[in-house]
Amino acid sequence: MTEVTETRLPGVGVRHEFTSAGGERLAVLVLRTGRREIAVYDRADPDVCTTVLHLSSDDTRTLAELLGGGMVSEAVSAVQRLEGVTIDWIRIRERSPQVGATIGERQLRTRTGSSVVAVVRGDETLPAPGPDFVLEAGDVVVAVGTPEGLRQLRDLLDA
Amino acid sequence: MTPVLAAASADAALAFIEIGAVALVLSVLARVAGRLGITAIPLYLLAGLAVGEGGVAPLDVSADFIRLAGEIGVLLLLLTLGLEYSPDELRHGLRSGAVPGIVDGVANFVPGLVIGLVLGWEPAAAALLGGVCWVSSSGVVSKVLADLDRLGNRETPAVLNLLVIEDLAMAVYLPVIGAIIAGTGAGDTIETVAIALVAVGLILTVAMRWGDHLSKLLAPASDEALLLAVFGLTLLIGGLAEKVQVSAAIGAFLVGLALSGSVQARASAVVRPLRDLFAATFFLFFSFSVDPGDLIGVLIPAAVLAVLGIAGKLISGWVAARSLAVGSPGRLRAGAVLIARGEFSIVIAALGATTVDGAELGALAAAYVLITAIAGPLAAKYADRIAEVIPHRT
Repeated sequence: MTEVTETRLPGVGVRHEFTSAGGERLAVLVLRTGRREIAVYDRADPDVCTTVLHLSSDDTRTLAELLGGGMVSEAVSAVQRLEGVTIDWIRIRERSPQVGATIGERQLRTRTGSSVVAVVRGDETLPAPGPDFVLEAGDVVVAVGTPEGLRQLRDLLDA
Repeated sequence: MTPVLAAASADAALAFIEIGAVALVLSVLARVAGRLGITAIPLYLLAGLAVGEGGVAPLDVSADFIRLAGEIGVLLLLLTLGLEYSPDELRHGLRSGAVPGIVDGVANFVPGLVIGLVLGWEPAAAALLGGVCWVSSSGVVSKVLADLDRLGNRETPAVLNLLVIEDLAMAVYLPVIGAIIAGTGAGDTIETVAIALVAVGLILTVAMRWGDHLSKLLAPASDEALLLAVFGLTLLIGGLAEKVQVSAAIGAFLVGLALSGSVQARASAVVRPLRDLFAATFFLFFSFSVDPGDLIGVLIPAAVLAVLGIAGKLISGWVAARSLAVGSPGRLRAGAVLIARGEFSIVIAALGATTVDGAELGALAAAYVLITAIAGPLAAKYADRIAEVIPHRT
């Protein structure tokens, strides 16, 4: 996978930047408000963005699906029709204490009430991981639960 | 209807009409500000001038209510300023942004202090003026950055980090200046400053280390319970802080710093509407007490301060963006977006309302915020064009 640089924007969110194979510099901004922005940098002046796309959470899902997150997002749209049940993606960071731990030994479901329904690793989607599934850095955990449970799960995984 | 209600109703009816009319006017102003892409604060201040003493439509019965609501407004304003950054962001900001932070403090605090002394004010009032000139409006800056699509720009983390440092600096500056104003003799002053610093140190340590526990305690609450808990905690700590001579506003600020994690995000979401309501009242009330006549008198010092304040922020932005190896147009953009002053400046000026030079300080702060809050977003918008005009020396 391409190397992604992460920059904090205090009070605003997080910026993930990378250079595409074609030499274009891109950034995905994950804002606290839940919105996303995609910024494309000027080739001549890397300090400036030439294009900025503003995406609502719906737009983000659509775009992700178009870009090939298909399997996961089908599961999402099915789940999101249920009231009170939410789905969330949580990325396991490089330095996360969860790297190398299994889902079972962290008792994620017991402690937060949220279930891990899939793990996205690189280009692969691994559906329904069992309790002996080992988490790796860069994995994106897809979990279903109540908003509160998912918040707790995020606190656990994102620490 | 109970007799109590019936007796009060004549006054209450008048108060409702006044408050309702004022709120509607503020709502129109907020929309106008939104259209112009500036903060509503300067417009609220102008509205306050109009309905205050010596204004065109002075309020009568609702003045007391507006005063109390305004004071709650300061607390909520500072609570949300404290809530803006997580303890983690504060720690990180302190590590990476100390040098730009110091440059920012010197370049913006000192001119205000000096002008205050030149005007023949007491040192405490001059130090307050320094504070008024110092702090950028984080609300305006992040809004302008988002509106101008600059969140992705390379200089933006430097700008936001500077806001974090200013926030932290306020956690020390506000209690110290509050104590200096409260203390009378030299010995007294040292004592109150010491108490204030110890209190702040204690609360900050508790917040950084055990803020998690407070947040965990509040986490299971419903939105309604959370709103009441945060509101109650803010007023309670604010009141206690006031009792030990640390201003209530500072107590509220520290409550905001102490909340962390997911509770922080939820708390700021539930408190925001309440904050908007009461903070608007605060800005209104602040300029209530400013005499429009005074405002004309301070125009010249205000203009001088504004020029110095703009220059100061251009220096801060330049230094901060340079530390990220951003080119000179980006450094100029960083400085320009930081020009706007707002909520903190008015809060600082309000702290000094009771001092001898309070009236003049209030008028000067109002004029200064008016100028910079309007000039800042404009300068930010046209920064790139300004950069083209300036000869390329670098």
